[in-house]
Amino acid sequence: MSVNIQLSEGEAAVLEGRMGSKGQRMALEIVLEAARILGAERLVPIKSAHIDGCLYHGASGTLFCERLVELGAQTTVPATTNVGALNLLKPAQSRLSGEARKMAFRLMVAHERLGCVPSWTCAPYQAGARPGLGAQVAWGESNAVAFCNSVLGARTNRYGDFLDIACAIAGRAPYYGLHVAENRHATMLLDLSDIPADWQQDEVFFPVLGALIGRLAGARVCAVKGIQGAPGEDQLKALCAGAASTGAVGLVHLIGITPEAPDQATAFGGRPARDVRVITPRMMIEAKRDLSRADTGHIDAVALGSPHFSSDECRALLAMARDTPFKVPVYVCLGRHSMIDLERDNTSRALEALGVVFVLDTCVVVTPILPDHPGVLMTNSAKFAHYAKGNTGYDPVFGSLHDCVASAQAGRVVGSRGGW
Amino acid sequence: MRWQGEVLCEGRAKGEVLRIDAPLSFWGGVDPATSRVVLAGHPQYGVLIKGKIVVLHELIGSSSSSAVLLELIYRDVSPLALILGQRDAILPMGVVVARQMGWSTPPVLLVPDPQFASGVVLSIDRDGGIST
Repeated sequence: MSVNIQLSEGEAAVLEGRMGSKGQRMALEIVLEAARILGAERLVPIKSAHIDGCLYHGASGTLFCERLVELGAQTTVPATTNVGALNLLKPAQSRLSGEARKMAFRLMVAHERLGCVPSWTCAPYQAGARPGLGAQVAWGESNAVAFCNSVLGARTNRYGDFLDIACAIAGRAPYYGLHVAENRHATMLLDLSDIPADWQQDEVFFPVLGALIGRLAGARVCAVKGIQGAPGEDQLKALCAGAASTGAVGLVHLIGITPEAPDQATAFGGRPARDVRVITPRMMIEAKRDLSRADTGHIDAVALGSPHFSSDECRALLAMARDTPFKVPVYVCLGRHSMIDLERDNTSRALEALGVVFVLDTCVVVTPILPDHPGVLMTNSAKFAHYAKGNTGYDPVFGSLHDCVASAQAGRVVGSRGGW
Repeated sequence: MRWQGEVLCEGRAKGEVLRIDAPLSFWGGVDPATSRVVLAGHPQYGVLIKGKIVVLHELIGSSSSSAVLLELIYRDVSPLALILGQRDAILPMGVVVARQMGWSTPPVLLVPDPQFASGVVLSIDRDGGIST
């Protein structure tokens, strides 16, 4: 195998069994197979990994991870875990059946035994995993990949099941795609000049723009011209998550904002922007409308936190609620890193008193938590809106956080609908 | 007739082609327990992919498709072989891991713009040769 790939001395030693465990050898063989299949000429050492493979899809994945454990494999770089299928602090919250529950739990445990950092979050960048500009890493989970490349300027492809953990153990990834500097230049320009400036102040602007970017860019690297001010991290998170849900977006440059795009020329590597698309108000309106599949007045639940809600967003939710309780359950999905913060000043208790159900370590679209009689689910997340119907059966209604709060308090859709 | 594919995962197979006529993500699109296509509205909705030489022109969607293919192999309901129209590592990773686990695995070939119709019987050899 791997006849065309240049091996370093250390890699050769692991493959020949002169160095490392059998599990490390198995992981390196998997990474080399991926490199061969993708046409990479060598591997690149990585500084960190984010592991998406801890979400349960079947017994075979658990058996694979446990085999790595038995063979003595250990991660050799810091490797945070994405969401699993269970809230480990409240396992009964998920309605997974007996055998699946057991294997889903074993899968999460196996990742801990491989030396992963048990962060169980799809927003590892909130939990302190923030590789620097130009750092080579191997990250999974589409929103985290887009954030890592675009906002942090670290370099990763879109890693997925098995290859992510294999890279974390081998400490290496196939050198191709977005690991290579010249592949990171934009090839498409999205121009916001025709969008009224005040639209950018709207809470839904960034998730909707993200969803539109995904549709237009697909797997291409694009650059967006015309973002004003300095968007906050939660806004950038929402944009990346939207783009990575509707398209295979791994990297989007926001000119004047993200680190590899101080100006248009740099974003395009000095080449002219040949494919230019002007975003029209109509395109934004349609992209927003496409995120809703229900138009009834009634809602059954609200889901927030895809990607995981930050503590800032939780505090904003509490402030907007103004002590008025919710008539339908409001599921807030978040990581333990945020929960610790919210417990300190009693924000979590105050939100629970209003009717918030906290979902830690996982989220409501990847494991059965919502009541098993699908109805209408309101959300401010483009990603939840995109996946809700297929994964949960619920019809999504998309709106701002203000709209979600007002609707949860009324038990029906209310808010600023009909604006742009 | 004879064609040459690029070997992404080595193996031999002989069987009937099942051509997938619209993009399909295995995750969310194929039931890992039965191999049935479960994506509503898909041209192959309801069809079992087990025991077929599955031809996929265009790959989309989740990187968890590797996990679904591994599960199909583990449950012995996998396709006989996969012919991909585009270079991609996601489905091949399911095969690479299955081989590491010692399970019997289907070959995966890359054939740009594969023109094989459903129902045709093909033989695939270890070097990526395809013949009727």
